[in-house]
Amino acid sequence: MSNKLTIPIPDESIRSLSVGDSVLLSGIMITGRDAVHKWLSDTFIKNTREPAGDDLEVYQAIKPILNGGVIYHCGPVVGGLDTKQYRFVAAGPTTSIREEPYQGDVMRHFNLKGVIGKGGMGPKTLIACQEVPGVYFHAIGGAASLIAESVQRVLGVHKLDFGVPEAIWVIEVKDFPVVVTMDSHGNSVHDVVRHQSKMVLDRLLG
Amino acid sequence: MQDLTQEILELVRLTSTNLSPDVEKALREALEKEDPGSAARGAMETILTNVEMTRRNSTPICQDTGTPIFFVRNPDGWSPRELREQIRAAVALATKKTYLRPNAVDSLNGKNTGNNLGDQLFPTIHFEEIDGDTLSIDLILKGGGCENVGAQYALPDDRLKAGRDLEGVRRSVLDAVFKAQGEGCAPGFLGVAIGGDRGTSFVASKEALLRKVDDRNSKGDLADLEDRITNEANELGIGPMGFGGKSTVLGTKITSTYRLPASFYVTISYMCWAFRRRRMTVQDEQVNYE
Repeated sequence: MSNKLTIPIPDESIRSLSVGDSVLLSGIMITGRDAVHKWLSDTFIKNTREPAGDDLEVYQAIKPILNGGVIYHCGPVVGGLDTKQYRFVAAGPTTSIREEPYQGDVMRHFNLKGVIGKGGMGPKTLIACQEVPGVYFHAIGGAASLIAESVQRVLGVHKLDFGVPEAIWVIEVKDFPVVVTMDSHGNSVHDVVRHQSKMVLDRLLG
Repeated sequence: MQDLTQEILELVRLTSTNLSPDVEKALREALEKEDPGSAARGAMETILTNVEMTRRNSTPICQDTGTPIFFVRNPDGWSPRELREQIRAAVALATKKTYLRPNAVDSLNGKNTGNNLGDQLFPTIHFEEIDGDTLSIDLILKGGGCENVGAQYALPDDRLKAGRDLEGVRRSVLDAVFKAQGEGCAPGFLGVAIGGDRGTSFVASKEALLRKVDDRNSKGDLADLEDRITNEANELGIGPMGFGGKSTVLGTKITSTYRLPASFYVTISYMCWAFRRRRMTVQDEQVNYE
């Protein structure tokens, strides 16, 4: 049985989730991956660069979506680029660990409750999950067309100059299928699997 | 010379949207090994549902349509220069038709060209002039997640107790699979090259992936090592998506090439479960797809 959750997700719902839980997510979220995380961190969190161009405008637009919300590590294939009648053709998760330097800070800054990606994340994000609180939702890597079907509408796009895969796509999803692999209680499936596989590796390399 | 732009476009469409039967068979066998109700089995079910859906709808199996890597074997009469232009035109068309995601990014300024055409190295095209009268073009679409967990070891490696022999190769490959965890979209397929310089070794490791999943290496000792590595990688228990489970690696293909006395590289190209590779052949203007 899958839990159904609607974004924004209340703290008590987050706290009730444990690793291994299947969840169907519905609501409005944004995509954001490498370029977006670096941009957010540099411009609004570490303040190592001044906002320029439409930076402040985009920040104000995504802030309410991220508050209590979810960010999706995804670089989609998008149709309708010529007409701006955008539709997601293929939209599976990208590898999340590249955002490990930024994710915890982004979660705290925006009160972000959920991160969707694949491959799991590290200790900094796990600590942020406990503090904010938040969870890491694992989507099935490569299941791109199936996941795209749960994207009901593309509501808009920011920072398209980052390129289609790196832009901030605002999407409305219905019953987006994910599994909790890092929860707000300090548990991580990825830590367990790494630890167990290390013991086997040590035996095999004896 | 025949213009193959439309035929190469079809090769790209087929590769991106329609998984090869040998790969799909391996995935179905992997599903059956996972425990009912487990996250690993759920992942495999989702994967196979997606495979069926993309074949039906002609949509990309994975949104990361990767680096298009072409291996062209051209007999006399086929101009590599013209074939390169046709391949590039087909790739741009395939991007417009959303069979491919625009993936060519300038490394210095971060600009995405929007059509998958970067410099002469993007898309990647390898040419080899051959005898006979059959042109063949193999295409692998290799996503960034699995490319990032590829690895190269220079042996001996004291930390791994890996010397310059097949046992050293085994140790290196298992270490790479462990380090990849689920990040390369397990269950994966391994292309392994022994020898070469750093560059040729990586190319050879990718070319090794052109072999069918269920074929057997003609060199007995390498065939045994391939089986052993696949079995031991699965003992690691990393499982589909790194959720933990029975299937971590579904096939290992090892090749060897000449090396310098000073160098002994073991290079691993990790291919995700969405192992997109197809071949087209052209003989007497007749085009076939495998």
